[in-house]
Amino acid sequence: MTGMVALYIFMLAAFTGYEVISRVPVILHTPLMSGSNFVHGIVLVGAMVALGHADTTLEKTIGFIGVLLAAGNAVGGYVVTERMLEMFKSSGSRGGRETH
Amino acid sequence: MAEGDIRLLIDASYFVTAVLFIFGLKRMSSPVTARSGILWAGAGMLVATIVTFLYPGMSNYPLILAAIVVGTIVAWWSGKRVAMTDMPQMIALYNGMGGGAAGAIAAVELLRQNAVHETVPLILAVLGAVIGSISLSGSLIAWAKLDGRINGTWRFSGQQIVNGVLFLATLAVGAYIVFIAHGHASPAIVAAFFGGALVFGVLMTMPIGGADMPVVISLYNAFTGLAVGFEGYVLQNPALMIAGMVVGSAGTLLTLLMAKAMNRSVSNVIFSNFGASGDDQQGEIKGTQKPAEASDAAIQMRYANKVIIAPGYGLAVAQAQHKLYEFVKLLVDAGVEVKFAIHPVAGRMPGHMNVLLAEAGVPYDMIYDLEDINDEFKEADVAIVIGANDTVNPAARTNKSSPIYGMPILNVDQAKQVYIVKRGQGKGYSGVENELFYADNANLVYGDAQKVMIAMIQAVKSLEGGH
Repeated sequence: MTGMVALYIFMLAAFTGYEVISRVPVILHTPLMSGSNFVHGIVLVGAMVALGHADTTLEKTIGFIGVLLAAGNAVGGYVVTERMLEMFKSSGSRGGRETH
Repeated sequence: MAEGDIRLLIDASYFVTAVLFIFGLKRMSSPVTARSGILWAGAGMLVATIVTFLYPGMSNYPLILAAIVVGTIVAWWSGKRVAMTDMPQMIALYNGMGGGAAGAIAAVELLRQNAVHETVPLILAVLGAVIGSISLSGSLIAWAKLDGRINGTWRFSGQQIVNGVLFLATLAVGAYIVFIAHGHASPAIVAAFFGGALVFGVLMTMPIGGADMPVVISLYNAFTGLAVGFEGYVLQNPALMIAGMVVGSAGTLLTLLMAKAMNRSVSNVIFSNFGASGDDQQGEIKGTQKPAEASDAAIQMRYANKVIIAPGYGLAVAQAQHKLYEFVKLLVDAGVEVKFAIHPVAGRMPGHMNVLLAEAGVPYDMIYDLEDINDEFKEADVAIVIGANDTVNPAARTNKSSPIYGMPILNVDQAKQVYIVKRGQGKGYSGVENELFYADNANLVYGDAQKVMIAMIQAVKSLEGGH
């Protein structure tokens, strides 16, 4: 991929991110920050490739730490986002356990 | 499968992942579909992770698997057991990990001696390394501060000059790696480069007060996204480029929105040492704080037409949100109109209080943002402030010397009667005295928020029982 193509990808992705967030209500700011935190956990894929191509012990050590941290980012980000969003209910869909 | 087919499968899967991420984020931006949004994004992550094992020319599979398993178990366990009140620092921690991973990718690339490095990928590798490293060490400091492991702020004279020099020195070493060493710098120089960026992240975050930390975490979230996007180009991986840049721009916008909600600019947060001064230049407040019994307050609310609740972080610290909602249900059953008024920075970051109320089962259509409800306070018979302070301080409207001057506040003082549930006579997070507590229509209910709510529930229940 040439530098120009990369520039196009970056530009379009940046507009996408801006558009997706720009109409978000304040009540979702924290879950959304957490959700976007999860999305950059995709760094896991990059870290796997980096470790997969590591040769020396030093490279392997750093690569290992990279995959470890990236997995933490992805999994932790998912778990806390899911826990937060699970709780969003409207009064219409509250279900039986809230009523008495 | 031939190697070409495998490449095609991998590329197609990454494409699907990018679509799922954007679709998931889109769904996460509305309360009705938010829950499914994270599931879609999660599916995308799973697909990308699995196909990456098929990546051609890879080795070290046992190491990769071991790192994923350990990272997953630790993160899963910690994510499941963290309290909702501690969510902001947990996000900071996971975010720092992502920044560190981006830095690690760059480090492996820069240490690889036998590869031919081109200039453009090298520049992006170095930039991503700087941003990712700052995000890692800065997020760790943010986590430690919000978690109460580091208290106060840490400053010395000339700090910004030291920071500036360190930052430029780090960039200079980065420029050396790119333009002079062409990616073949010695490990010692690469280590010095990363060390400089990491130390800068620490120094940059240490002087920032805890109240501003949410903005900082959001900023570092955007940083990590950007770093991931840059490293994605180094690895020629469009999934990382797209996801990273989407988060980079979304995170930047979110940071600006948060800063705006707090009436602060981002540069103000980072460079101006909020909370250091202010408490020495406040005028005396006239009047006295009038205490009230929880039961009296409860009975007045029971017979009111309209009650607005302004909750703050103190509510969550006391774990009183469940009891509060129990009390609210009693009021609603008695025909009282009850609304929750949420300040943008109630809790520890925008939207945090909504999460805490949702945890207690409060339906989100009872919850109103500041702009939507501020005009209704003057129609309210009772406004009750629970564990909030700075977000209801009228000094933000009137007192120009106050550090919170100009911040939008909830107009609770316009209600006919204001009750403030408060543990003691302390000040808010910003350290500013609150003149609302001395107002004629305000009474203070002292005590732990949970105990106060229990007393209020009992007062209303005993009333019903007496019929």
